[in-house]
Amino acid sequence: MSINKVVGSFDEAVADIFDGAVILMGGFGPANGTPSNLLRAVAKLGVKNLTLVANTPGFGRPAPGTKSFRKTPPNYDDGGLLIQSGQVSKVICAFPGMSRPGMTAPLHEKWEARELEVEMIPQGTLAERIRAAKAGVSAFFIPTGAGTVFEEGKETRVIDGRNNVLEYPLKADFALIRAHKADRYGNLVYQGTSRNFNPVMAGASRVTIAEVDELVSLGGLDPEAIVTPGIYVDRVAVRQNGV
Amino acid sequence: MKARLDEQTMALRVAREFKDGMIINLGFGIPTLAANFIPEDKEVLFHAENGCLGYGPMPTTEEEENFHLVNATGTFATHKPGMCFFDHAESFSMIRGRHIDLCVLGGLQVSEKGDLANWVTGVGRPGNIGGAMDLAFGAHHLIVVMTHITKEDEPKILKQCTYPLTAPRCVNLIITDIAVIDFTPDGLVLREKAPGWEVDEIQALTEPKLKISDDLKQMEI
Repeated sequence: MSINKVVGSFDEAVADIFDGAVILMGGFGPANGTPSNLLRAVAKLGVKNLTLVANTPGFGRPAPGTKSFRKTPPNYDDGGLLIQSGQVSKVICAFPGMSRPGMTAPLHEKWEARELEVEMIPQGTLAERIRAAKAGVSAFFIPTGAGTVFEEGKETRVIDGRNNVLEYPLKADFALIRAHKADRYGNLVYQGTSRNFNPVMAGASRVTIAEVDELVSLGGLDPEAIVTPGIYVDRVAVRQNGV
Repeated sequence: MKARLDEQTMALRVAREFKDGMIINLGFGIPTLAANFIPEDKEVLFHAENGCLGYGPMPTTEEEENFHLVNATGTFATHKPGMCFFDHAESFSMIRGRHIDLCVLGGLQVSEKGDLANWVTGVGRPGNIGGAMDLAFGAHHLIVVMTHITKEDEPKILKQCTYPLTAPRCVNLIITDIAVIDFTPDGLVLREKAPGWEVDEIQALTEPKLKISDDLKQMEI
């Protein structure tokens, strides 16, 4: 058996993440598409000065004695964990999180303390810049952002009578993604809206690491239904008993 | 103090704009409530930025809550026959590629040119742009639903927005708690007024000059 992307543990899966790495993280809201175990392993690894790229970096863990303002899946952690632990120096995202009383994301606290830089990107531009990194697209023009603050410092061009902004690929060192099932080639399928950014990020960084619920044998995934072809995946780490 | 429409009634008025066969995207807040008022004789599909088309209503029991099925506001949705899932790049191809017929967003400010500001005031914490900007640029038709004035009684329909824009010249219709206002090549046209409200009272709370529709009606609610 010469191709086997399955690694023995989440710790092993993230062991080469280094200080200053740029990390893509899948997930959206409280959906189950967040690689909670990989994030906990990165927290344990203790690497610092990370740049975290995610739609929503996350709310982290509620303060001791308080409950989360929203329901989350069992054994859930999000990127907020790494912000709370002080491992993240920059966040690139579309949705930092609400900042109402009782719903304050750790991002806001660190940002106000000037311990964290935040770069905002419209959600669709974020997805397309990540896709461009995967797809070898050197740059692309899109109308989103023309005539707004997101145009500042960028090349613009009128195409078909519409103003457009030139956007570049968002390149990263690691992608931490979450899928439902995998085989040893790294082919992946997802569940419902837990898919979100995960297939976009797979293959968009130098190393893509997938956290999955279940490993199946080759042939166990319908080739017509595979969402992420294994070519984009470098490592697969499997949850035990679904958590 | 005159009666203004409450949020549910505004959402009901929004849903009157739903036409048979439309693909619709609903933003945070009042727009999301409009999904509860789909006219019975119409079939529409809801699009969620996080990769779902054709999702069903919010669950009514805890057993139906599924962490693999949330809409773009992070709220649980339900399965509905014919629904499909896709990733974020595909989802925004639908938006940017102008495949969404109607989008309904909340608003902080709207200018008389149809500029929308709805994500940040420009001071304090970073705002949440989310998918609003892509939707404002990409949707075929954009409705903004919001209160007519701020909590401090300042107009929200202005000659020019003072907050950072979500998108320039994108709004087609505003539904507020006292009026329905259309954007036409000739400017803002007052099309409907809430029960008990007079034209001059609505104009007094609106910075740009409103044209009055020949067909001005009272909102049916």
